[in-house]
Amino acid sequence: MVGPFIWMFITSLKTYDETIHTPMLWFPAKAQWVNYKIVADKYPFLILYRNTFLVVIGTVISQLFFASMAAYAFARLKFPFKNTIFLGMLCLLMVPSQIFLIAQYNVMVKFNLTNTIQALIIPHMFTVFGMFLLRQFFAAIPMELEDAARIDGAGTFRIYWQIMLPLVTPGLVALGILTMIGSWKELLWPLIVNSDMSKMTLSAGLAYLIGEHTTFYQQVMAGAVISVLPMVIIFTFFQKKFVESIAQTGIKG
Amino acid sequence: MFEGINPLNTLAFRDEIRGAMKKQKQRYNYSAYLYIAPILIGIMVFYLYAFFQNIWLSFNDVGIFGNRKFIGFGNYRTLFHDILFWRALKNTAFYAILGVPSIVILSIGLAWMLNQKIPAQSFFRTAIFIPAITLPAAIGLLWRWLYNSSFGLINHILGWFGIQPIFWLSDIHWVRWSILIVLIWASMSYMVIILLSGLQRIPSVYYDAAQVDGANTRQIFFRVTLPLLTPTIFFVSVVSMIGTFQIFDLIFLIIRPDSAAYQYANSLVTFFFQQAFALDLRGYGAAISVVSLILIFAVTAIQFRVQKRWVNYD
Repeated sequence: MVGPFIWMFITSLKTYDETIHTPMLWFPAKAQWVNYKIVADKYPFLILYRNTFLVVIGTVISQLFFASMAAYAFARLKFPFKNTIFLGMLCLLMVPSQIFLIAQYNVMVKFNLTNTIQALIIPHMFTVFGMFLLRQFFAAIPMELEDAARIDGAGTFRIYWQIMLPLVTPGLVALGILTMIGSWKELLWPLIVNSDMSKMTLSAGLAYLIGEHTTFYQQVMAGAVISVLPMVIIFTFFQKKFVESIAQTGIKG
Repeated sequence: MFEGINPLNTLAFRDEIRGAMKKQKQRYNYSAYLYIAPILIGIMVFYLYAFFQNIWLSFNDVGIFGNRKFIGFGNYRTLFHDILFWRALKNTAFYAILGVPSIVILSIGLAWMLNQKIPAQSFFRTAIFIPAITLPAAIGLLWRWLYNSSFGLINHILGWFGIQPIFWLSDIHWVRWSILIVLIWASMSYMVIILLSGLQRIPSVYYDAAQVDGANTRQIFFRVTLPLLTPTIFFVSVVSMIGTFQIFDLIFLIIRPDSAAYQYANSLVTFFFQQAFALDLRGYGAAISVVSLILIFAVTAIQFRVQKRWVNYD
């Protein structure tokens, strides 16, 4: 599974001649770190990373906020048509996303939002999946806690914000991580809605890089390493949380 | 790619509704609407409205400037006679039929191995996850290099066995296989993690009992582990089926749309993207997405039907 990544790294340290040498050379004679500098100068990695950071943060925060609010209401409050609305949302969960893309794009055009960072965030702020995940966490909290707060005179919003939300932190972390991975890797939507390189995420920006230059593979691999490394570092630090979050999606009930 | 539906949770929710209906004591709290309003409005605009607009568009001929003309089933008729559509459908079926079982079986094997007491266990568990957090574009760049016909590592290794270089990225018979291999490789990390946590939730009493009865490793795996893992295996197969039907990134990035071999690797989603956005045929694209939706529903429904025969819920 990791073999290809090792080859990616080794190639990134070769000279051009070494990459196309016959017979194949396994290792470079001398590590060419300069490849990284060339690639970093040639492509706007800083801008792409900044955009990606904004999109990921914006998407994660808004998803957590909106989804947890709705999840709390569905788990704990009683209101007319609750089950009908909930089941309606669940149905949407099963629909493949490409069915929404043309109309979502039309909405963005209508509001003049194409080629903006906002366009990459807005349609992804609302997550039925996340609401569903968090609802299970809210439902697992003992009712007595909430009752006690209510007797002490706390309003519904205070109960949600100050008492319930801290108790579902594991759920928020799980949803946050899953959203982060999804938003980081998202390719189709940025390709559709933005075409300006300065408004691209790394995911889409790198896809353009493929189109342009694929002769100098040592540079291309250096570019790939630059795009892989930060996430791998984050992952090694929070490995346990990542794994728990993914596992969460497969747990029954 | 794989987040989204969890059918098992849907079942659990049904039971919960039944439970909730029994105790109707709490009073209506109308402020609840304020809590669900943001997500509800967002979903109505970007999903519900989008869904119906998409269906409406599929019955229209949509020009580049958004001018529409109702043409009834015209797009669907064109689709039915479009060789590119049939090719995309055939390829998607190819990815699903060969990909899903491979992903599931290999992931079970790998998860099972990682669940044993092996040296450097935590290193392997980290390593296995890397493809899941790697950008599709980086995966694309990497595999284009590995598949390179003259200097790529894969052809080099095949050369040891006397195999002539294969044109992985341009030979119309091979491009589907190139995608299939990367698809399996890239999808496994996620599935291994879910299966691993499924394995760890199997109570050890089952293993103890089997050992007392003198079962060997093979018997334990096939008679104890596998049957108890079936709910997770079912979940993983549904998720990989849906993911495989949605395959876009890898084809777009590894074969590239400007390549002549692209249409021989096309999936329903790359075909949709090409028609709806590269060629600006929105009405036609909408029709493609509607047909894909019907196909996914049909396949998932079949999976749910069949699961009753092989999945154990205790």
